[in-house]
Amino acid sequence: MKHIVKILSLLVAISAFWIGLLQATIIPRSHTWLLPIYFVVSFGCYGLLMVGVGLMQFPTCPQEAVLLQKDITEAKEFFKHKGVDVGSD
Amino acid sequence: MADEKENIGEKKYKYSIIIPTFNERLNIAIIVYLIFKHLRDVDFEIIVVDDGSPDGTQDIVKQLQQLYGEDRILLRARAKKLGLGTAYIHGLKYATGDFVVIMDADLSHHPKYLPSFIKKQLETNASIVTGTRYVKDGGVHGWNLMRKLTSRGANVLAQTLLWPGVSDLTGSFRLYKKCVLEDVISSCVSKGYVFQMEMIVRASRKGYQIEEVPITFVDRVFGTSKLGGSEIVEYLKGLVYLLLTT
Repeated sequence: MKHIVKILSLLVAISAFWIGLLQATIIPRSHTWLLPIYFVVSFGCYGLLMVGVGLMQFPTCPQEAVLLQKDITEAKEFFKHKGVDVGSD
Repeated sequence: MADEKENIGEKKYKYSIIIPTFNERLNIAIIVYLIFKHLRDVDFEIIVVDDGSPDGTQDIVKQLQQLYGEDRILLRARAKKLGLGTAYIHGLKYATGDFVVIMDADLSHHPKYLPSFIKKQLETNASIVTGTRYVKDGGVHGWNLMRKLTSRGANVLAQTLLWPGVSDLTGSFRLYKKCVLEDVISSCVSKGYVFQMEMIVRASRKGYQIEEVPITFVDRVFGTSKLGGSEIVEYLKGLVYLLLTT
């Protein structure tokens, strides 16, 4: 099944649940009407949180640049000995 | 799809490494050297798909062929810049391996990770092994805060919308079973990095087993943001396209 169908089904299920809540009055109507807004705002906050946490924990590797330079030098030496003219960067 | 060699329990697979190039005169030589250094006991071939580089990339490749052998380095050039997706398709035509590795020519993908890709695939029998920069043992060097923010935001958005099952959607350092690459690439139509996303998402939808290995990525294009407004728009369009069609 296409992914969009899955997502729409999920939204339909959530909506049905919400409508059910509206009709069943377990929670006072006034609260229930606001539930979708709470949901969307929480969802947005969660997304922003994920972005922020991911940004803080973003893996970096400064040592790799150094290692790469070493590899480049090693390769250039090798090619010099073999007579392959690789020119300069 | 793999020819079984005679040793019981010891199948020897061949790996085709496709590297599209454009003006990578120096880098292609270094990459070839590093691949040979890190894959000593592996049966592989390197397929260089050069799009008519004016800087002499093809001359260097020919010299490398003299050095390493024309059976190990294949030069399959094209007349001009025709795009990444078609470069892979072009290279695939000449690939004789059981597996195909795709990687960039600019040394942002380091060949030292090739053994870990191969090992992961052999351990898990995965159809695709993709390199991820966004896990603990991976990483990126050369990105400023803005770039990291865009990357992270884009990733969270893509994860929320697409549920792709991989942590790095736009990465292009991957190992595919040859038949899987042929299958997936035939159904992809996007360009640029959306193409890489489309490949992995379509593969995921088709039920192919995808494993990840950590890789480090040294971005050598320092300075100006490669990520302008138009690229962000392209990305969002790509996300919506993938949301609706996969």
